[in-house]
Amino acid sequence: MQDTLLDMRAITKTFPGVKALDDVSLQVKTGEIHAICGENGAGKSTLMKVLSGVYPAGSYDGEIHYDGVLTEMRDIADSEARGIIIIHQELALVPLLSIAENLFLGNETARAGVIDWRETNRKTEDLLRKVGLRDAPTTQVEKLGVGKQQLVEIAKALAKDVRLLILDEPTSALSESDSQKLLDLMLDLKAQGMTQIIISHKLNEVRRVADSVTVIRDGQSVSSFDTSDGITEDRIVRDMVGRSMENRYPDRTPQIGERIMRVADWSVYHPEHDDRQVIRDVGFDVRAGEVVGIAGLMGAGRTELAMSIFGRSWGQNITGTVEMHGRPVDVSNVSRAIAAGLAYVPEDRKSLGLILDDSITRNITISNLPEVARGAVLNEHAEKRVAEKYRADLGIRTPGVFQKVVNLSGGNQQKVVLSKWLFAGPEVLILDEPTRGIDVGAKYEIYGLINDLAAAGKGVVMISSEMPELLGMCDRVYVMNEGAFVGEMPKAEASQERIMSLIVNK
Amino acid sequence: MTMAENNTRDAGGQSRISAYLAAHLREYGLLFALIAIMAFFQVVTGGTLLKPINLTNLLLQNSYIVIMALGMLIVIVAGHIDLSVGSVMGFVGALAAVMVVNYDISIGVTMVTCVVVGAVIGGAQGYWIAYWKIPSFIVTLAGMLVFRGLSLWLLEGQSVGPFPREFQVIATGFVPDFLPGGETMKTLLDTRNFNVLAFGTGIIAASWVIWSGLQKRARNKAYGIEDEPRAFFVARTAIIAFALVFILYKLATFRGLPNVLLTMGVLTIIYAFITERTVLGRRIYALGGNEKAAKLSGIKTERLTFLAFVNMGILAAIAGLVFAARLNTATPKAGFALELDVIAAVFIGGASMSGGVGRIVGAVVGAFLMGVLNNGMSIMGIGIDYQQMIKGLVLLAAVIFDVYNKKKG
Repeated sequence: MQDTLLDMRAITKTFPGVKALDDVSLQVKTGEIHAICGENGAGKSTLMKVLSGVYPAGSYDGEIHYDGVLTEMRDIADSEARGIIIIHQELALVPLLSIAENLFLGNETARAGVIDWRETNRKTEDLLRKVGLRDAPTTQVEKLGVGKQQLVEIAKALAKDVRLLILDEPTSALSESDSQKLLDLMLDLKAQGMTQIIISHKLNEVRRVADSVTVIRDGQSVSSFDTSDGITEDRIVRDMVGRSMENRYPDRTPQIGERIMRVADWSVYHPEHDDRQVIRDVGFDVRAGEVVGIAGLMGAGRTELAMSIFGRSWGQNITGTVEMHGRPVDVSNVSRAIAAGLAYVPEDRKSLGLILDDSITRNITISNLPEVARGAVLNEHAEKRVAEKYRADLGIRTPGVFQKVVNLSGGNQQKVVLSKWLFAGPEVLILDEPTRGIDVGAKYEIYGLINDLAAAGKGVVMISSEMPELLGMCDRVYVMNEGAFVGEMPKAEASQERIMSLIVNK
Repeated sequence: MTMAENNTRDAGGQSRISAYLAAHLREYGLLFALIAIMAFFQVVTGGTLLKPINLTNLLLQNSYIVIMALGMLIVIVAGHIDLSVGSVMGFVGALAAVMVVNYDISIGVTMVTCVVVGAVIGGAQGYWIAYWKIPSFIVTLAGMLVFRGLSLWLLEGQSVGPFPREFQVIATGFVPDFLPGGETMKTLLDTRNFNVLAFGTGIIAASWVIWSGLQKRARNKAYGIEDEPRAFFVARTAIIAFALVFILYKLATFRGLPNVLLTMGVLTIIYAFITERTVLGRRIYALGGNEKAAKLSGIKTERLTFLAFVNMGILAAIAGLVFAARLNTATPKAGFALELDVIAAVFIGGASMSGGVGRIVGAVVGAFLMGVLNNGMSIMGIGIDYQQMIKGLVLLAAVIFDVYNKKKG
């Protein structure tokens, strides 16, 4: 029995003009859970692509010893044949096929090309039991929540005789309870002797499941240690960002003014099922210079609330009132909501916030084109001035404002979305998961920007699934559960326990 | 419009040029391909291609494709497709013929009615696409069948014509030369004819291209927007200016400035301006680039989609009038499969199937590229069988080039 299952030695991978990996080493022991931590763009994904054969042997320098043998992966099929399976952040299931069909896609249980459904379903049930799912094998994947889909992905890996399971940010789209289930499953699999690698930003998860940690920064492996050595989260963060992060939330002295916005009796029904009430009589207010948080589990209706207020972009049969400065305003479509002084920074910035193939400049000005036009004619130079201003103000790191946003990192993309909405000149900004998928360093910058907005007298509504973030940033927190507000508390009284108990005891 | 990818990492002249070239390969490639194809046919047809009479013909033959390509580009940039334009064009031509020939309705009334009918047809299709989210492929496929059937019904399966002289001039007429000096130039240059207006238009257009190019360059420099390397700018502008003067000189020695060329030119300039310089144009690109993001940015995406189809209907109607006037008769088969030529022109011109990408100038050049291919191969006596195959392969090659280029970049 070999102690070290995987030993990547001095891996160097160069792209034209960029050294993505520089002399990276990674040792994973048999039967352990190994965490790889690093900021976005640090090289974690590239390293995994080298391992899985996406970048085949010969396109990088260094050696991969797998199971004690020098191994060269030619492609993904090659690495899968050796039992190395990656579950990517973006799930790779076919939504319209059933669980069973997905599990054995490309690997069907068939005789002479004819699928043996009984056998397939039987095997599927076995696998589902292993990952703790009770759904029927014939259930369409589309009908499952993200959490269950993630488990199906793992079952799919188990169907392939996996020896080394790699999970890339497995909990980034999961709610708190689903995340816990997933982590429990990882520990289960470990108990059965499976070696796993987890790539994660979330240090509490890393601490919970990982036996050892490798930190990667700027394409180099900076440290590697066992978690039993008493390593603190701060130490990992320091290694990740290359500096100490005493305070994860920048200081702010709140200067709270008059009430800007008030929402009352807000009710919304599901867009497709008109008998399903998704938001129930919600009311809240936001004052100038205040950061208001909305806490809740995934599926509590927070995004639906925000989008229904912002120009009825979600739901139907919407009732309730929105007041700005005490006067009711019309928010029946997005342009009216913008005119009323609202802005909504969506949770999914790639599909809802940005036009990825367009330049930074075009993405920023789109929310308020008349501002950079004379009559109907656009002024490119005015556009550039605007973009340069926000690039400087928000610290968007890019070679130029005509760079396409698809080439930017998550944090910089988020800054572009924020710029876009600041340019529209809102009084109240609703930020939906503003730091999702953003690395630690960039998160700090986004927090700073949120504080700047509050300091400038704007009202900020912050929706987040990360409770420490809400507690660190907000002056007041509303708790939402199953479409209704179940509590409200000022910062001084807020704690994770209190929020959770409100949700659980509804 | 320069959407140059700034590449500040290497400021060295040589690599800056190659980076610029890589980002704009498609645009230069298209221009270069058109020139190369024209040169090729000029040689193999023994100089027939660029004879004034053939050049005039070439412009007339492709006018309706170009006119519809303007609308199709907008539809495709908005993320849709319109398969009905050939049928709509044929239907409007039939309507015009029935009104003018059978019912003796005045030409002015007929033209206005036809354009309105085009707009209504576009709106009728756009309504389902924009507000009911029915895929445009389906709606316009249905439209293609419906309007093909309506043409047959309207014409009762017969050809209707000929049109009165005043209607024919829409397509076959020439702008009268009101400028003096034609006779002198004619004897001076020893040509059969010399139309001062046409030649003057060429000179003015060429000067405008040079002047506005220089202006824009100066402004961009002042604002630090990355501009194309000087050598490229000079070469490109010189080629375009020369081509304008050359073509209009050729036309001047024949019968002058065709009405259709004027219509086409004016429409092209208007649409290029709208798409590249106005708020409306930018919103159409945003809609095609990411409809959800555009909607959440306050853009009325439904209305914009609807208007794109109304506009397409209007242009198809104009094309229908031109086509009917050119053939001097309306037939039930008019416009058959023409939508495919129009769509091909737009894609050859660099538009993307997924929306958000494409330029008016590209679509027009794409249409002429196809036109030159048609015309050149016909002069050479190549059969329609080979012509179809070659056109198909050119379309495929252009799109493969796009995809490859995008992957690499």
